[in-house]
Amino acid sequence: MLNFIVKRLIQIPVVMLVLSLMIVGLTQLLTPEQRAAPYIRSEQQAARLEQIIEQRGLRDPFPVQYGRWLNSTLHGDLGYSKASNQDVIATIKERLPRTIELTILTAIPILLISVWLGTLSALHKDKFIDQFLRVLVVLGYSLPSFVVGILLLAVFYAYLGWLPGSGQLNVVNTFALGDVRTYTGLLTVDAALNGRWDIAWDALQHMILPALTLVIVLSANIIKVMRNNMLEALTSDYVRTARAKGLAPGVVNRKHARRNALLSIVTLGGFLIIGLLGGSLITETIFAFPGVGQWVVDAARGVDLAAVLGFAMLTAVIVVVVSTVVDILYGVIDPRVRFD
Amino acid sequence: MTVAAAPKSKERTRFQEFWTSPATRKLRRNPLAITGLVITLLFGLVALFAPLIAKPSGNCLRDLNITQASEVYNPAGAAFWTAVFAPPESCYLNERLSFQQQPTKPSAEAPFGTVNGYNIFYGLIWGTRTALKMAFIIVGVTLVLGVIIGAISGYYGGWIDNLIQRFIDVLFSLPPLILTVVILTILRARFQSGAGDYDPTLPIIVASCVTGWAGYARLIRGEVLRTRQLEYVDAARGLGARDFRLIMKHVVPNSIAAVFTIAVLDLATVPLGIAGLSFLGLGFEPGFSEWGQLVDAARAWLKPEYWYVLVYPSVFIVLFSLAFNLFGDGLRDALDPKSR
Repeated sequence: MLNFIVKRLIQIPVVMLVLSLMIVGLTQLLTPEQRAAPYIRSEQQAARLEQIIEQRGLRDPFPVQYGRWLNSTLHGDLGYSKASNQDVIATIKERLPRTIELTILTAIPILLISVWLGTLSALHKDKFIDQFLRVLVVLGYSLPSFVVGILLLAVFYAYLGWLPGSGQLNVVNTFALGDVRTYTGLLTVDAALNGRWDIAWDALQHMILPALTLVIVLSANIIKVMRNNMLEALTSDYVRTARAKGLAPGVVNRKHARRNALLSIVTLGGFLIIGLLGGSLITETIFAFPGVGQWVVDAARGVDLAAVLGFAMLTAVIVVVVSTVVDILYGVIDPRVRFD
Repeated sequence: MTVAAAPKSKERTRFQEFWTSPATRKLRRNPLAITGLVITLLFGLVALFAPLIAKPSGNCLRDLNITQASEVYNPAGAAFWTAVFAPPESCYLNERLSFQQQPTKPSAEAPFGTVNGYNIFYGLIWGTRTALKMAFIIVGVTLVLGVIIGAISGYYGGWIDNLIQRFIDVLFSLPPLILTVVILTILRARFQSGAGDYDPTLPIIVASCVTGWAGYARLIRGEVLRTRQLEYVDAARGLGARDFRLIMKHVVPNSIAAVFTIAVLDLATVPLGIAGLSFLGLGFEPGFSEWGQLVDAARAWLKPEYWYVLVYPSVFIVLFSLAFNLFGDGLRDALDPKSR
């Protein structure tokens, strides 16, 4: 097990190295002026563009440039992001907690709902509720998130006016933010810890629509897999044995069948969390939610190379770490899995 | 539906063999899949005959060398054939009826209304053509790339296999949308820096292909590893067949079934992905006939009185995706021997 973890952790730097080689290599398609942009932090510096190109050696051969980029990255300097008007590292520190908050609020309902509905569907195979859920599932994965998001926005914000449409807080509350002391970086938790329940409630309200969009779009696949797994488990020998020895149907379904059906949901849950933590680019943009996803879309629109590169590195770390954790978890849950 | 009678003679045509094969029969008995197929084909017809449904105007008329829009309906004229099979680039630009930002109600001239002065009907009809054109190009290229690289990887094994697989690992360390956005950002900067209009078609195709081939390659590799060990491949090798012939004639055709269904489903997800990119402002520029553009335009007009700005594009996109998914699911069930 330890071997496995160490092996996977060694993978992180290797993957990052190759990935950064590829992306930095791609930037060689651009002019030195464009490549200098990540290092320009102010108007004055913009005036000295030629000097910066010289100083940073942006006309040097690629290996030299890459070496220099690697060096500054290892020293914690990922450059300056035009889209957020601050350094890339600072932007990530500021925005990642918000995305994490949205991830928590989204992933838990998705997993609970899909496991519940998937089980329900399998237990009532071919009955009305199963047919109904199957139609919902097909609808769910046919709906692209930008259509769902806009429709929800039109209904709940523009038409009914029940929920706020954009941002993380109402304008009034953004002024109160200075009084809120930061403990965890998660705004709702921090506000609650400070006793500012009004801010916590406001922040929560702002996350309902983005979370709902993601739940609608992302649940379908997991429900479907859960249903298939459950059907397979229900026809297996050990379930028949359990029924034969007279166990209550509820116990058989819950303890014998569902626990085994849950195994592959762990993997899917890992993908889900990776997708959410990497910033739901489209959903965050629709609701102007100030997480990493919205930032990178802004950055990509404005050809903000430093931000896009830094974000790519961040996502790669998230992917490798989360998938390692998922693999370990898998071994903990399922004793048949061995790590060698 | 049992139209195909029992074969009278032993010699059956290819079509009959296909029509009565177990997979086709299963597909024919699935009403949802058939509905999906019919709607998909309708979308195909809309795309092909876009010039006849949404009449050309403005520069498009000029480039087709005709003076009246109705001339396009005359199959004897050259304009008909050019418009249907090789319309000039200007026809893909959305018809702009005015420069008024505010949406106007559906009318005879613009059956689905206008937004920002653009004709929504024209945009949707020609957008279908854009979507399907891009889908076929991208899926075609990724399929060929994926099959070739996957086959080489699986067939030769050893260090080539290792190298290719590790490279795919690196590509997979970024979620597909994020990888596409990263590549697209750099390519956009590259092509925008030159003079003239920016045409996003090629960057989108390149970015999508770089992201897409790895999935196919993985799948084909697994299949090739399985089929490579079968006796008939050994027999062919014993007869002196070259590697290339072995791969192309014996190994790949027996591995392709699994990839085929995924390719069909990708024909639906690729246009949605492109629409998503355009929605984010990273794909086609405003004014190009494309679905994501129109949904993006609707973001500013969410009030109920402008319902047509949002509803028509949403219905188009969802219907397209739903139809393709229903057909793709049916196809997968039909081709999967386990569910027979």
